[in-house]
Formats: sequence, structure tokens, C-alpha cells
Amino acid sequence: MAASIVVDNVVKEFTLRYHRTFKEVTVAKARGKATSDKFNAIDGVSFTIEQGESVGLMGLNGSGKSTLLKMINGVMRPDKGSVLTRGRIAGLIATGAGFHPQLSGEENLVLNAAILGMDEQELNRKYDDIVAFADLGRTLAAPVGYYSSGQKARLGFSVAIHVDYDIFLADEVLAVGDKPFRQKCIQRMKEIKTSGRTLVFVSHSAGSVKRMCDRVLVLEKGRLGFDGETEAGIHYLRYDSKDEEEVDEEIGNDI
Amino acid sequence: MAETTTIEPAGAAEPEDLPPLRPPTADNGLFAVFHRRYLLRLLVRREISARYQGSFLGLMWSYINPLTQFFMYWFVIGFLFQLHKDVPNFPIHLFSALILVHFFVETFNAGTAAIVRNRALVVKMAMPREMFPVATMLVSLYHVVPQVVILVLASVASGWHPDLTGAVALVLALLIIATIGLSGALLFSAANVFYRDFGKAVNVMTHFVRFGVPMMYPYMMVHERFGRFADYYLINPLADAVVLFQRAFWLGTVSDSEQARLAADGKQIMPDHLLTYGALALLGCLVLLAISQMVFSKLENKIPERL
Repeated sequence: MAASIVVDNVVKEFTLRYHRTFKEVTVAKARGKATSDKFNAIDGVSFTIEQGESVGLMGLNGSGKSTLLKMINGVMRPDKGSVLTRGRIAGLIATGAGFHPQLSGEENLVLNAAILGMDEQELNRKYDDIVAFADLGRTLAAPVGYYSSGQKARLGFSVAIHVDYDIFLADEVLAVGDKPFRQKCIQRMKEIKTSGRTLVFVSHSAGSVKRMCDRVLVLEKGRLGFDGETEAGIHYLRYDSKDEEEVDEEIGNDI
Repeated sequence: MAETTTIEPAGAAEPEDLPPLRPPTADNGLFAVFHRRYLLRLLVRREISARYQGSFLGLMWSYINPLTQFFMYWFVIGFLFQLHKDVPNFPIHLFSALILVHFFVETFNAGTAAIVRNRALVVKMAMPREMFPVATMLVSLYHVVPQVVILVLASVASGWHPDLTGAVALVLALLIIATIGLSGALLFSAANVFYRDFGKAVNVMTHFVRFGVPMMYPYMMVHERFGRFADYYLINPLADAVVLFQRAFWLGTVSDSEQARLAADGKQIMPDHLLTYGALALLGCLVLLAISQMVFSKLENKIPERL
């Protein structure tokens, strides 16, 4: 089997800053206070994902899921260690793709597709499918700034799913969509799974992860707390308790 | 459709058939920008519409701005200071310099803000971030074209006779400004993410540009006052570019008899070895661009989290 994503001892350091202006910094220095504070958002994480695997990435808020995904996606570079990927990557980071709030949905669609690596012919061929999948109707002509988070996720997911990717990253896409759209997404992600492409799926919904993934990675404060069986991973995170199950009855009531 | 990619089921695929395993950021850098022409074209188009977003006159500001400056300088320098008496065809001299100064200032200013302004894309999408400064440079270049058309018309009306050296000088001048403008934009767009002070500093710097190039005063005056130190004046690539541009347009409108008269007065209209100076300046700017690119990739590491 060929490795699809290799994350090797990755560290990403973030700087929390207390003081920004010259005045603030001088005052803080004079009083002997720290002017900045650093912490590792990702702290020595290593794992390998084989091609065709569907992996659920779980963890509490602020545990570093999105940061890790950004490094796999290439938005961020690790400070230490290395991230290697094979083939084209598409997907969503933190529920929505990057959109320009002043541009219309159509313009953002085109721009996004181009950023994800489509060329003009490819986009022309797929444009109607993307629009149909997003199913935004007339809203597509309005500036994205007026979109709800659900509408943004629809557009972003719709573009990303139509790219010829080898690796698909889905970060809480199901969290904001309505039920029909969620079902469509689940359907599509199942297709990704069966087509032998790699899927990294971030979710807080135990149900969706169970349905979708054969392996779970759990992040805890930037460290890899668990790597293995889906059921065991969900248990590790204590996402399988009774009351949780009730909430989770549908296709994942996330957040 | 997603179905168009047919990747072998895992296990069956041989690693040799697959794309190589590599860092997802491997494709970034200045060269990658020109590999992704479709995206670049979209960004340039978007930038053109965004620069004058919400304004009624829109693109016309690109002409109003240099034209008002032109008339202001022409009135103060030419009319009040009577400088145009020593400089034949002073308006052409002034306008050819102004076009380049404007090109540089716009590239530098808008380029510096490019990353911050596109933060929505920068923090979530993986792409060579050099795209944004490059796009602003191309937009500024796009605005130069109609100004050059105006300049050509004015030059023709003033009895312009174009020549091959002038054409070379024209290309050199534009290349110098594009390269130095881009390297400034790259360097400061990244720095501006960390401290917005850099954007303000650019504003201050652009003031000096207007005085550091032979726009309000002719090169012959520099030569007259500085003597052999005039060579140091030409270390400034912006000054080289402006002189080159004036070589292309303004000199062609000055008649031979007038040139002979100025030469007889002991004035040096154009520096000796101008094209050599231009080529060296371009080389220097390319080195600067390489350095800026290196600094940019270093800073780029921290850009998404700082925005």
C-alpha cells in the first residue's frame, strides 16, 4: 500500500501576543512582564495515512484539528518535522472555503476552483454540476458576505468535491448544512471512500465518524492521544455516552 | 464530476504510478505563479474591479490621478519656477517620468496591502501567496498602457522621431520598474502582515521617489550640479528607468538643432552609456527580487496565523 499522507513529528508553534503597539511593549518591558507567549498548537504529532483510508480526526475544540488540517492542505508549514502528501488535495478548512465577502457566489466559485487547481476548460465542463450541487438558486449571484454559514459551506463543499483530488479534507462540513445537504455530502463522501481515495474527516459527531471512517485519530491539546479503531477512538474521547447518542441520532448534530 | 478521476483501489496501485510523496507547499514560489496563469488572470481581473470598488468614476481615477499631478507639477515647476525654459518640451519630459513614478508607486502601495486585503483567501486556501503582489503589479502595468498611448500621441504632436535605441530603453525602463516594484511589494506585503507600520512606511518612501528621479528637474541639471558624482545618482534604479523612458520619448521630440544648442552650452542631456546603466540596474533589481522572494518565503510561514 502507498502512503497518502505522512506526518512526521510535526510541531506548530503559535504566538499569543499580549502587547502590540510600541507603547504597550515598552510599558510591559519596563514592568518586566512578558510581551509574548508561545504555545505549541501541534506538538510532535506523527502518523501515516495510507491511500484509500478514511480517517476521522476528532478532538475537543482547540485541540489542533484545523491547524493539522491546514498543514496537510498546505496553508501552513510545520515549524518542525515534515508533512508529505501524494497527489492533489481538495477540501474544506473550518466549515468554509476562503471566500471574498464582496464577491458574488459565482465569482467566488470560479476563483475557488482555480485556486484548487482547475483550469478554464475543466471548470467550464464542471460549472453546471457545481452550481447544481450547491443548489443555492438565485443566491449565487449575491455577494458571499450575505451568505449564512450553511450557504457558504454548500458552495465551498460543492467546488471542492468536483476537483480531481487524491486526498479530500472535510472539516466539519456537516456541522452547518441542512439535512438534505448533509445527506448529499455523506453520499459523496461514501463515494470518495469506495473510489479508493483518501478521506480525512473532521467531525464532532460520533455517528457520522462511525459511518464514514475505519480509523480515528484523536488530538488532545496538540498531541496525538489516540490512533486506531473507530469505536475505540470514540470511546476514548467519551463521545459514546448515552445522552450524546440521543443528540447524535440524526446524521450528526455537530458543534 | 468527481467520477472522472479513476484511481486504482488502494493496494492495487503501484507506488511508481502514483504522484510523488512531497510537501503540500512544494509548488509555492514566484515561478509557480506563472504556471498558474488561469488563476493569475482571475486575480488580476478581480483586482482591477476591486481597486475602485464602490467608486463611480472607477478606472478613470487611474487617469485623473496622474493627470492632476501632471498639471500641478507643470504649473508649479514649469510655470511658477520657469524651469521649462531650460528644458525643451518640458511637458513630455514631465509626463514620461510621471508615468513610471506612478507605475512604481501604485505597485508598491497596492502590493504592500495585497496580502492583508486578501486575507479571506490567504488563511484558508493553499496557493502560492506571491500571486497577490504579482497580480497587483500586473494591474498597475495594465494601467500604464493607456497612459503610454497618451504619451505617444503627445510625443508625435511634438515632432517625435522614434528610434531603435529608444525602443530598447522603453522596454528596459518598464522591466526595471516592474522588477523593483514587485520586489518591494513582495517584501512589504509580507512584513505588513506583522506590523501595519510597513504600509505607512511605504507611503513615506513613495514621497522620496518623486524627488529622487529626474521628473521635476532634468538630468542635465543633475549632471551640471553633481559633476562626476552624477554617476552615484544613477545607482538609483528608479532614476535609471526614468532617464531611459525619457530617452525613449522625450529625447525623440527634441530637435537635433536644439540638442546641438544644449550640447554647445556644455550640457549633458543624457548620461553616457545609458543602456549599460539600465542593464546593470535591471540586474540589480533582479537580485533584489530574489532576495525579496527568499524573505517572503521565510515570513510566509507565519502569515496565516498572524492575519
